[in-house]
Amino acid sequence: MKQKSLLLMLAAPLALLLAVPAHAALRVFACEPEWGALAQELGGDLVDVSVATSALQDPHQIQAKPSLIARARNADLVVCTGAELEIGWLPILLQQSGNTKVQEGQPGNFAAANFVRKLDVPGQLDRAQGDVHAAGNPHIQTDPRNIALVATALGARLQQIDPAHAGQYAQRLADFSQRWQQAMGRWTAQAAPLKGVAVVSQHKAFVYLYDWLGLKEVAVLEPKPGVEPTASHLQAVLVALKGTPARMSIYSAYQDSKPSDWLSRNAGVAAVKIPFTVGGTDGAKDLFGLFDDTLARLLAAGAKP
Amino acid sequence: MRFHFPAGHNLAFFLAFPLALAAPLGALAAAPAPLNPTDVQSLRQEIDAMRADYEARLKSLEQRLIAAERAVPATPTATAIAPQPAPPLAAAPVPAVSPAPAGAAANAFNPAMSLILSGLYTGTTVDPVNYRITGFQLPRAAEAGPGARGLSLAESELGLSANIDPWSRGVANISLHADDSVSVEEAYVQTTALGNGLTAKAGRFLSGIGYLNAQHAHTWDFVDNPLAYQALLGTQYRDDGLQVRWLAPTDQYLELGLELGRGRNFPGSDTGKNGAGMASFALHTGGDMGDSHNWRAGLSVLRTDATGQELGFMDGTSNWVGNAFTGSTQVAILDGVWKWAPNGNATRTSFKLQGEYLRSRRSGSLSYDTAGANTTDAYQATQSGWYLQGVYQFLGNWRVSVRTEQLDAGSPDFGLNAAALAGTGFKPAKDTLMLDYNPSEFSRIRLQLAQDRAREGQVDNQVFLQYQMSLGAHGAHGY
Repeated sequence: MKQKSLLLMLAAPLALLLAVPAHAALRVFACEPEWGALAQELGGDLVDVSVATSALQDPHQIQAKPSLIARARNADLVVCTGAELEIGWLPILLQQSGNTKVQEGQPGNFAAANFVRKLDVPGQLDRAQGDVHAAGNPHIQTDPRNIALVATALGARLQQIDPAHAGQYAQRLADFSQRWQQAMGRWTAQAAPLKGVAVVSQHKAFVYLYDWLGLKEVAVLEPKPGVEPTASHLQAVLVALKGTPARMSIYSAYQDSKPSDWLSRNAGVAAVKIPFTVGGTDGAKDLFGLFDDTLARLLAAGAKP
Repeated sequence: MRFHFPAGHNLAFFLAFPLALAAPLGALAAAPAPLNPTDVQSLRQEIDAMRADYEARLKSLEQRLIAAERAVPATPTATAIAPQPAPPLAAAPVPAVSPAPAGAAANAFNPAMSLILSGLYTGTTVDPVNYRITGFQLPRAAEAGPGARGLSLAESELGLSANIDPWSRGVANISLHADDSVSVEEAYVQTTALGNGLTAKAGRFLSGIGYLNAQHAHTWDFVDNPLAYQALLGTQYRDDGLQVRWLAPTDQYLELGLELGRGRNFPGSDTGKNGAGMASFALHTGGDMGDSHNWRAGLSVLRTDATGQELGFMDGTSNWVGNAFTGSTQVAILDGVWKWAPNGNATRTSFKLQGEYLRSRRSGSLSYDTAGANTTDAYQATQSGWYLQGVYQFLGNWRVSVRTEQLDAGSPDFGLNAAALAGTGFKPAKDTLMLDYNPSEFSRIRLQLAQDRAREGQVDNQVFLQYQMSLGAHGAHGY
């Protein structure tokens, strides 16, 4: 049959395939450090985690570079934020990976934002509003309650893909959840003085943090999401702050501190760098450190006297 | 030899589906018979009966709903800022909180759509009508040179893409040209479920050879492609055919691409054969050096056949001298790119260094001046070219880049036609300086200055002013 011979012709490159060496550990490809840290907490020795980006990189603007393609090809599970945060690079990685397991819709593709309630969902989609995300604000990791929700979902997912070790994953999840609940109780108590404090954001990246702590965002330094702060917009913020003074201006470790520093000099609003994700500051060594350090920095600058 | 064949049925499906497409056409041909009055009467009765039935069912459903509502105690409705409940400690799966489905609207499955809009001002000191690259014979329709002078609309490109089913996706890029003509830049289907690092493509696509070849014009760092691409690959090599790419299961990125095609475009031409007129392979590797540096390098070879390929050049008095080439061409490409950004964060500052070396070997026969003398003899030519460019991004939105390039026409063996065609050893060259401003990731305004020395004895100083905007679906670009 003609079709059969064509098939054989196509199959020739397949013959080049080497047997893939069987790795004992489940290979997890995490788009952002917080999900890498969470997968490590929930998987321990059972997983081999590789993180695509660092806390010093803007997760919106990553390139589908060769090393990432190679890692996506060999992954058993891809853990990303979703909600279009990685829209500029993850689709290309998945397409080029030739890895069926981690394509969208497969158990090996985990999007954390699918498991939390999203804020800032735009009522209208128009790029005149800047680089808006149709699915809502994707920076969900700044609220520990979201981490708890994602942990439960990710724990279940690990059990689903690696059923041989389901018991161990369940145990690790229960252990993590217990420690996390305790920590959240501690953080909530510590953060009480921050309730109602007025703040300025450099990028609209902290809406979940504010929702958790009751901080009040009175201005944003970027005129539109993803658009660099301009001199005229900074002046307008300065004028607005005269009416509604803010105690601090918050920026992430990966961002340029210049706009916040400018505001600090001209309006006396303290510029506060927060780690934003695991590894963003020396104190944010793991997920617990991330919130310990974030709170310490916010409290140092902005607690009500 | 053992064939590892994990997804054979997908491949078979992939090959069979053009046949399947043809099947429903037959069904369409059978038109329904006209209705007579009694048929209409009975249809009406049937519809009335159905309506009565549904109304009765709806009433009973309504009653059940009211009863159910009474049975459940009133729950407070969650407000937008209500705190979330503490998650359960056990591993009870969390249901995905997904947005409400887009509805049953017929357009919910429309492909992602994007449109590139671009316009250009071109100023040159030498009239581009007679543009040629001395020592390199190109088809008359080749897109070499700076194009038309003055204000013009550049290519507007419409892109459509979507998953077709769980096993494949489709992509089409339609180009609308300034002269009101339309061309199919790309139209291909691609597998998504072969696994094992394999991806196959069928249709019309940009070949994966070299570094720049597979990149769409709107992602170039300059207004135009390097001279080496213009002279040896007809600006950008695209073909109708089949591509298979395989990514090695190693931590080091290693990708092998194989292509078979019709070979319709320069350096090939339609041969009228049953078999493939183009074959290529590309091998690429790359990786990181610390957080701030990453790179990719590769070797590719393209082989095309040509039969009676019309080539030519402008002679000293602006007359077209048409020749015809029959034979084969092999183009080898070495490519390398290195990128730097502080801590890998390219938001404000980054640098990219990129270079390629192309070497073309043509062998066969050449007919000189087909409209006049028409003398045919053996033809052998080895020609090469390279470019090197650097792009520096500063202040976030600004980029400045510089490119330098040169071609070598070699010393072709024209046989009997040597007297008429022999060159002078002139080496075409060009230097380019570019500055662009990107108000957002969807828009760009660019100024480019170039000194083009592609024509022997003539120095062409060029200036370009260009805008490029993209609207619609958020594009994801390759490395």
